[in-house]
Amino acid sequence: MTGEISLLTIFVLSVFVGFEVVSKVAAILHTPLMSGANAIHGVILVGAILVAGKAESTVELVLALLAVVFATVNVVGGFVATDRMLSMFSGKERRR
Amino acid sequence: MSQDLVHLVYLLAALCFILALKGLSTPRHARTANLVGALGMVFAVAIAFGDGRIGNVGWILAAIALGVIIGIPAARAVKMTAIPQMVALFNGVGGAAAALVALTEFLATTGNAGMRAATVFGVLVGCVSFSGSLVTFLKLQELMTTRPVILPYGRSTAIGVSVLCLGLAVAVVPTASTALVITLSVAGLLLGVLFVLPVGGADVPIAISLLNAFTGLAVAASGYVLGNTLLIVAGTLVGASGTLLTRMMAKAMGRSLTNILFGAFTPAAIGGDGG
Repeated sequence: MTGEISLLTIFVLSVFVGFEVVSKVAAILHTPLMSGANAIHGVILVGAILVAGKAESTVELVLALLAVVFATVNVVGGFVATDRMLSMFSGKERRR
Repeated sequence: MSQDLVHLVYLLAALCFILALKGLSTPRHARTANLVGALGMVFAVAIAFGDGRIGNVGWILAAIALGVIIGIPAARAVKMTAIPQMVALFNGVGGAAAALVALTEFLATTGNAGMRAATVFGVLVGCVSFSGSLVTFLKLQELMTTRPVILPYGRSTAIGVSVLCLGLAVAVVPTASTALVITLSVAGLLLGVLFVLPVGGADVPIAISLLNAFTGLAVAASGYVLGNTLLIVAGTLVGASGTLLTRMMAKAMGRSLTNILFGAFTPAAIGGDGG
């Protein structure tokens, strides 16, 4: 199996896992789930680190570092915002 | 560091993300699930520094520190009611990061045709997500009207720009032209704005959810460009789950997705209830 085919395999299987994991979500959790998924795509930070790490020209380094800053904001902001949202929910659950 | 170890940790992080998404679907485990996701992210970012030869480490750490300094207060200081627009902003910068990663890798090595196809996809979708999310932020923050904005000839303009983007994207694959990729990113930014302007106030969260799925796909495309399995898995997970979630959100509101996205373009919806 060549490299590109195995990447395609991973992609296709991930699509099914992605559909499967959220298929039974409760309606009140739609927004926190969206926010949590938002934080997870911040994993582009790994990609930003990899391109910044091998950047040779100044242009590449500047673009890659900008990506690192953006991706970090996405990651930390995403997880913190999701946690705040859920802390509100868990309070509600307990009161019920 | 051994590449096998790096990839094992990537696998561990991917598992954390899957468990996080799964746990976020049930109220009891949601908060723990979010922490599991964050833990996976810490593993992934830490091991990334051992993935091949990483230079410029000082610069990268400084950029991460800057991101943390911006991100944490932004997420903590906002009022609870303003969280949806913060999510939109975080999604937007994520999309921008995905586009920048694909663009930077393209500048470093233009790769083969398959990689260039993934590059144009990552750049285009990332740019659409970035500018689209900014507009949704402006709408929810009420810095602009929350009503659907119908530009004169809006529909033809949107179709024209889409065709232009598609043409540019197809042209980049054989030519590997940097100028075309940059033109494509500008056209993508414009398309994102045109895409979200006609969406009305109450439907904006659904547009954010869809753009969230877009960013996921852009991340997956950037992952393909870099040959990084973790980015492909995590990006695709978000892309697929986000698409399904968008449909469920629209259904919960009793609206069809096409109506939300394109309803403002049809004459009947402008004056009426759009339903």
